[in-house]
Amino acid sequence: MTGSLAAIGAGIAVIGAGIGIGNIGAKAMESIARQPEAVGDIRANMLIMAALIEGAAIIAIILSFFI
Amino acid sequence: MRNNFISRLLFLATIVLCGLSSCTVDVKEDVVFNPGETALHHIADAHAFHLFGDYYVPLPAMMFYSPNEGGFTFLPSSASFHIGHHGNGEVAIDRYVLQHGVVRRIKDKNFPMGTVNIEWPHGHGHHDDHGAGDHGEKHNDHKGHDHDDHSGHDHGAHDNHDHPHDKLATNDQLSMKEKLTKELEEHDAVRALYKGKAYDLEDRSTLDNGMAGGPGFTSYYDFSITKNVFTMLLVVFILGFVFLRVAKAYKTRDGEAPKGLQGFMEPLFVFIQDEVAKPMIGDKHYQRFMPFLMAAFFFILGLNLIGQIPFFPGSANASGTISITIALALFTFLITNLNGNRDYWGHILWMPGIPAWVKIIITPVEVMGVFLKPIVLFIRLFANISAGHIVIVAFVGLIFVLGESGKNVMGAGVGAVAATLLTLFMMAIELLVAVLQAYIFTILSASYIGAAVEEHHHEEAHH
Repeated sequence: MTGSLAAIGAGIAVIGAGIGIGNIGAKAMESIARQPEAVGDIRANMLIMAALIEGAAIIAIILSFFI
Repeated sequence: MRNNFISRLLFLATIVLCGLSSCTVDVKEDVVFNPGETALHHIADAHAFHLFGDYYVPLPAMMFYSPNEGGFTFLPSSASFHIGHHGNGEVAIDRYVLQHGVVRRIKDKNFPMGTVNIEWPHGHGHHDDHGAGDHGEKHNDHKGHDHDDHSGHDHGAHDNHDHPHDKLATNDQLSMKEKLTKELEEHDAVRALYKGKAYDLEDRSTLDNGMAGGPGFTSYYDFSITKNVFTMLLVVFILGFVFLRVAKAYKTRDGEAPKGLQGFMEPLFVFIQDEVAKPMIGDKHYQRFMPFLMAAFFFILGLNLIGQIPFFPGSANASGTISITIALALFTFLITNLNGNRDYWGHILWMPGIPAWVKIIITPVEVMGVFLKPIVLFIRLFANISAGHIVIVAFVGLIFVLGESGKNVMGAGVGAVAATLLTLFMMAIELLVAVLQAYIFTILSASYIGAAVEEHHHEEAHH
């Protein structure tokens, strides 16, 4: 039964990652629009946050392979 | 005139495409391509590099130590196993066999030690049709192999081979081999064949030594140079060469503007120093930890990038193995906690600035955090890199899935186009992930170290 349930779990985990990174992206766009000269800083921080959120989602996906 | 030509060309193209889509190949053995298993096989460690088809690059210095059954076994290279079809070794040495490029051991203690010839069942469940030696169609027109894919499955190399074993096999052995082949395709369990008897192979070790009901540890320790060790050594040599050159350049060109390799590396060094170490650790202490941070960043970056190269010497998935990333996180754990000052431990065990009943709840959480933070650090790196590799192998496997394991040429062609585009896109993302994950590991390690050595002025209502 590892096939279907694990795949559903991985899919649900990715929903969380999508929502989180979407929020970060939205706020980053807003703040760039408010202060265009801070683009470099904002982009760097956005990427870091995205990597951290994706880390959590990918942990769930990889675990779903082995469980 | 032009119209005439174009319409004739279109007519011809339509006929050709229709012909191609009805072109099937006569697959002797009905093997189905299993993308999940192929992906897992490609991100796992192995004792020989698979180039393509039946060509393997053997690795040197195979060393195994079995405390209860056989002691030390040292082989000069994995070529001692006489690598044959599908990366299966044709000899067993001290009960060690090479199966699919990976060294495994025969379970049965009564199997003879020393060097003996063994055989393997035909075909493998997740491989392509290698037994279809005498069909007429050109199924190896390489439509599916226009790009350099590192899954290494080459249809062309398997045509017209005749098994030398067949000539020597007796009726007994043939039926045993066919039995084993069937068993392989049904249960996907490989067994070695020696003098008419089939022998089980030991499973790979699981971390919990069988407590969860799995196979437990293997009977031997494996100290060989495997693909991952080879990749780590390669990265170490490359980094050593680059860094020594740059250090010499700094010495001889002291005070001058940098150029060449030194000029290329200097922004990276300054970046780690100014954007990662100084803000996180503070101006007073950052120099003590710069060697570790630089080493971690460049080692992980080197491993990630070399793992992205699809062919030898690149293709090993080194930073996507748990053992390597756990070692890196262990370093972070040790450096953080061995350099923790009183404030750090005070914050963990008895955090100041909050009411007493909250402190009792916070302490176990913080203690768990001491261990969990490096654990999440290594899982993040391992999962990101191995997920990327699995996805790339799966995209390339799309060719075989759409081509129905070699039977549908048109599907394989469509699959090749789709796989090329998807793999290009995925590899671009993988480059970003490689650099980003190295950077994230470094900056999080710096942040934990910074928390450990931070000295701050005590104010009551802080945190």
